Amino acid sequence: MRIWLVLLAALALAPAAAADRGRDLYFANCVWCHGAGLQGIESAAAHSSPGNGPAGGPPLLGVGAMAAHLYLTTGYMPLRSPTQQPKRRRPHFSAPDIAALVGFIGAHGGPPVPHVHPERGSVKTGLTIFTEHCAGCHQMVGEGGIVSGASVPALKAATATQIAEAVRVGPYVMPRFDKHDISPRELDSLVRYVLYTDHPDNRGGWSIGLLGPFPEGMVAWLIAGIALLALARVIGEGLKR
Amino acid sequence: MKWLWSLLALLLGRGRRGAPAHVERQRLIPEQPPSPRGENIVLALLALAALCFAAFVAVYVLDRLPDHTQLLGLALGLGFAFAAAACIVVSRLLVPVEEISEPYANEPNVAQVEEVEQLVGESGSRLTRKRLLKVAALGTGGAMGAAIIAPIASLGPAIDPDALRRDGWRRGMRLVDSKGRPLSADHIESKSFYTAFPQDVSHDELWAPLVVVRVDAERLDLPHGRDPRLWAPEGIVAYSKICTHAGCAIALYRAPLNEATSARPALVCPCHYSTFDPATGAQVLFGPAGRPLPQLPLLIDERRELRAGGHFSNDVGPSWWGVRRGRA
Amino acid sequence: MILRRTVRFLDERTGAAPLMKKALRYVFPDHWSFLLGEIAMYSFIVLVGTGVFLTLFFEPSLAKTVYHGQYAPLDGVHMTKAYASTVDISFRVKAGLLMRQTHHWAADVFLVAIVLHVWRVFFTGAFRKPRELVWYAGIGMLFAALLEGYLGYSLVDDLLSGMGLAIGYSVALSIPFIGGNLGLLLWGGPYPGIPQFESRMYIAHVLIFPLLIGGLLALHLGLIIARHHTQFGGKSKTERRVTGLPSFPGYAPRSIGLFFGVMSTLFLLGGLVQINPIWLWGPYDISQGTNGAQPDWYLGWLIGALRITPGFDLTIGNYTLVPNPFWGGVLLPMAVLAFLVLWPSIERRITGDNAYHNLLDRPRDNPMRTAVGFAVTTCLAGVFFAGAGDRFYASLAIPYAPQIWFWRFFAFVLPFGVFWLVRRFCEDLAAEDEAEPSSGYEPEPQSSA
Repeated sequence: MRIWLVLLAALALAPAAAADRGRDLYFANCVWCHGAGLQGIESAAAHSSPGNGPAGGPPLLGVGAMAAHLYLTTGYMPLRSPTQQPKRRRPHFSAPDIAALVGFIGAHGGPPVPHVHPERGSVKTGLTIFTEHCAGCHQMVGEGGIVSGASVPALKAATATQIAEAVRVGPYVMPRFDKHDISPRELDSLVRYVLYTDHPDNRGGWSIGLLGPFPEGMVAWLIAGIALLALARVIGEGLKR
Repeated sequence: MKWLWSLLALLLGRGRRGAPAHVERQRLIPEQPPSPRGENIVLALLALAALCFAAFVAVYVLDRLPDHTQLLGLALGLGFAFAAAACIVVSRLLVPVEEISEPYANEPNVAQVEEVEQLVGESGSRLTRKRLLKVAALGTGGAMGAAIIAPIASLGPAIDPDALRRDGWRRGMRLVDSKGRPLSADHIESKSFYTAFPQDVSHDELWAPLVVVRVDAERLDLPHGRDPRLWAPEGIVAYSKICTHAGCAIALYRAPLNEATSARPALVCPCHYSTFDPATGAQVLFGPAGRPLPQLPLLIDERRELRAGGHFSNDVGPSWWGVRRGRA
Repeated sequence: MILRRTVRFLDERTGAAPLMKKALRYVFPDHWSFLLGEIAMYSFIVLVGTGVFLTLFFEPSLAKTVYHGQYAPLDGVHMTKAYASTVDISFRVKAGLLMRQTHHWAADVFLVAIVLHVWRVFFTGAFRKPRELVWYAGIGMLFAALLEGYLGYSLVDDLLSGMGLAIGYSVALSIPFIGGNLGLLLWGGPYPGIPQFESRMYIAHVLIFPLLIGGLLALHLGLIIARHHTQFGGKSKTERRVTGLPSFPGYAPRSIGLFFGVMSTLFLLGGLVQINPIWLWGPYDISQGTNGAQPDWYLGWLIGALRITPGFDLTIGNYTLVPNPFWGGVLLPMAVLAFLVLWPSIERRITGDNAYHNLLDRPRDNPMRTAVGFAVTTCLAGVFFAGAGDRFYASLAIPYAPQIWFWRFFAFVLPFGVFWLVRRFCEDLAAEDEAEPSSGYEPEPQSSA
């Protein structure tokens, strides 16, 4: 009997425990830039952070579990310096910790983690949407690139959820696209297309990075050029000594 | 019968070198030892090459094979590689090694040059007014050339470049998205960008594509003479999507989530990274563009849909001699 | 027996036996670096061969069609017949993708070989009297090849090449005074122009330029044969006597082997390494763009030039005298063309040397020319790599704006330093050689009549 009471109590307290964990993590890692009340830090001199550089981060009130989940699972956050560009890396926090933080920030209002269904979408529709909204920065098959003042990540490592979140959140300097622009059904197709670009149709052979003429030129010089120079050297004579 | 046996013996015997039996001729190519090893290598390489070419035909026929293109290329490429190797071995081991010499032709043929000059000169000896005839011939030639070249002008409206100033936007024309759905002012979010076109117009007109964004009211600083009520109603601005540098589509929008720590919002072109500020009439912030993007005035009608408020502020597309640059 | 009968048959009808004997015993000086031009020529042959195959399937039309084919993501998409037929060649035509990729690789390698060949000819002084005409024909082929390649990949009407055509249009427009007229003439109207622009590109690419390149090639080879190929000096290799292999049997298997080797390389690439997967880029639309759009490698110097030009149009009054793309898109290539065409005359002026030169210099033997060549190459390399600045930022995290300044320095300041350095180095090497002639190489003295 007692074991059941203990279990029930644990279950009841778990969310609270998680929320506590989330709050603890927040105050240990995020408060320096995002403020004690998640209101953000505007002035550079207001707080000093454990890392280098001045503090200063946007408010997290109302950003929702969606944004928190995106930034934490991609490793964008925590960021060493507020002026640095967030880059994808191994998440700093473990999965349960991420869940706790996401719960904590989500409790302060905002959209939840989205559920996206790429299997319901079509690659063809996704291609059209991607071309119009995304290819300019992310390149036609998601190999990434640059914009003035920032690099644009490749999309190979992105999960379906992260893609959907990025589209709705617009992290760093990426624009955001709401449901009037890209409907949930269209988002399914868009995600399906991005996942397709992880393994696109490469029937021509070695895809050399799917970046077009840049790696092609390198192959022309460093493979064909060197091979043909070697061939010429074998066939012809050197200077007689 | 003896004839037949002799013929067979001649054809099938191992290659005998040396002069033909009936004439004693001096050798033109120095005698050199044979290389049976070389011959064997060449035969082997030729056999391998033939095998690869046969494989190519087989792979070609079996077109359901996976990686078909790779197998075709491998077979053909290796076939040629073996053939090349065979040729190289022939050149190294089987061909008589020779070095021959010849004089370079270093002197001009002075006598003939003079003769040519003399021939041309003397052929004109019956002419009394050479200069006049030459001028007449040149003139006629020029006129003939002009006549032959003239039809090139049919290629395009080159004489009057007014076509370059084409701008089909009129006040009241509705803005639609790429699927033809009208753009609503209520759905133009900040930190997003929208591609728009005139309703019922081909997307292949250079003046047609627009990029529409919403700018924060405090940042708005349009050029002199553009009333924000007409050029940025509720902060919504529209610019030509065609870059004024080299004609690519402005397909990038830098939309910082936290402006304090990153660059300001900007429209960016993917070709040479010309960067335009939508808050200031698309002034050039960075990159090789020489003039701002043309801006389209906007109206929000009673259904909250976006419509054009008039013509572009200046000419669309890359610059040329007579491009109307508008006021900076 | 058969051989003698055949030769006799031909000789009775054409009088060609003396020519045949001369052809068989024609002297080819032998050095591996003399094969680079041949590599280019064989690439050209592959281009023509695979090109003919492609013309049997390609539809040079901008008329719209709906794609229904094997590539699912494009099924039902509206596109031009040019693009659709190219996707069909890649997916449906047997060996179509092999031919298409081999054709495109051959174009890239054609220009690699030409550049290597031009470097060899320049640094050895092979363009000197009496071979200036050979050089002019060669430079003509170089620029014709650049344009031919651009036209070729632009025919497909995919997103990448379409963006490149818009840039070509703006470069035409940027010519002072007449640019607008020229653009309207070529495109038949403002960009994207009339549908017949595709036909114009097509006929230029499959007929006019191949004939031009072929004709210049015939001239190039004929002129070389007329005066014999140059050679490096040595025993019995002098300004007066050319020594080497006879074309038959000595040189022929080497040439044929090289031909097969080029074919092998190109078909191996064509089958094994993907190039220009246009089904992934999608069809062209003037309102769309993709990041990382680049021209083929041999036009990389032009995109680099366009990217590093500071942002200004030169205006006078209400008129735009020099739109921005002019500097990188017109002035730079014209300057390079002028440099190449005028160089034999410039060098003759500087050195005062008007003699016949059948012997080649080693690069160190002419420090001034070698230094100039290195300096010009440095300038073009700077401009070329500037065009890849976005990739350096994306892959190596080197910020873009500072890079632009670095490449400007590399292209326009560094060459002066390179000139001085290379000239010193050559002079030092030559001084060493004089002190200690170890190589056994004895060039003729420069001033021979």
